[in-house]
Amino acid sequence: MNKQEFLKELEKELSALPREDTEERLAFYNEMIDDMVEEGKTEEQAVAEIGSAADIAKQTLSGAPAEETENAQGKPKPLLKVLMIILIILGFPLWFSILIAGVSGVLALYITVWSLLIGLWAIEASLIVFAAGSAAQAVALMAVGFGTSGIATLGMGVFAAGVSVFLFYGCLAASKGVIKLTKNAFIKIKSLFRKKEGAK
Amino acid sequence: MDVQLKRGLLDVCVLAAIKSEETYGYKIIKDLKPFIELSESTLYTILKRLETGGMLTVRSAEHEGRLRKYYSINAAGIKRIDDFKNEWEEVISVYRFVTREDKDEQAGIS
Repeated sequence: MNKQEFLKELEKELSALPREDTEERLAFYNEMIDDMVEEGKTEEQAVAEIGSAADIAKQTLSGAPAEETENAQGKPKPLLKVLMIILIILGFPLWFSILIAGVSGVLALYITVWSLLIGLWAIEASLIVFAAGSAAQAVALMAVGFGTSGIATLGMGVFAAGVSVFLFYGCLAASKGVIKLTKNAFIKIKSLFRKKEGAK
Repeated sequence: MDVQLKRGLLDVCVLAAIKSEETYGYKIIKDLKPFIELSESTLYTILKRLETGGMLTVRSAEHEGRLRKYYSINAAGIKRIDDFKNEWEEVISVYRFVTREDKDEQAGIS
């Protein structure tokens, strides 16, 4: 195998690493082989001396070079985890109450937003009822002979109907917005838990 | 050999190899060969670790129409070697203490 073939194979084997990292490693082996060739070896000899690309990738990706087959860095981790668990348990009264307070705050805000929306819809409903009532009253007044009062009442009804049309679109948009916000929040909360599961 | 111990030894070996003069990867392997066998991938890991630890400085320079990385030691690297020497003075005196009885036994036999 010559240098180009070796480097190509190594690049393929190291594809799991970040691009920058792979390039730096490839440059390192490239330099090594060039130096060996400069010393009088053939490319094939140099590549053979360095070893197979698969072995290098295996050592690299497992994070343990040939001379360090055990992972010494793995040892302090369990202790750290135990310490974390102890801290979490001991801190429970503190972080749990803070968590509850935070969640309650967000929930209260959310309920307030929905109450406002319900209020708006109630105004909308009352406007529609008022418009319908006014129309009916106007017809009744005119039938009895109070034409001027009837027209005035009709005017109020039409005005209420107009306002209700505006308000209807406003309410619809606000409701849609809040629903969308809720959906997004749920997706974010879900992904938060998924990330935690992935880390385990 | 204990992994942690070997790692420390290799780090100091590489630092010692670049201590006297600025040098490059293949030369480090050649210089260390009589004392310790070092694979290219191991050397890469050690150099990277030492560079991250701020114990050596790297520069790229042209050599025979190609780029070669040159490594030179800095103050932190020299301190690391000195620390290693001091630690080993202690280790050697402990070793003498531990093997003291062996010697007494040998002396008794002969």
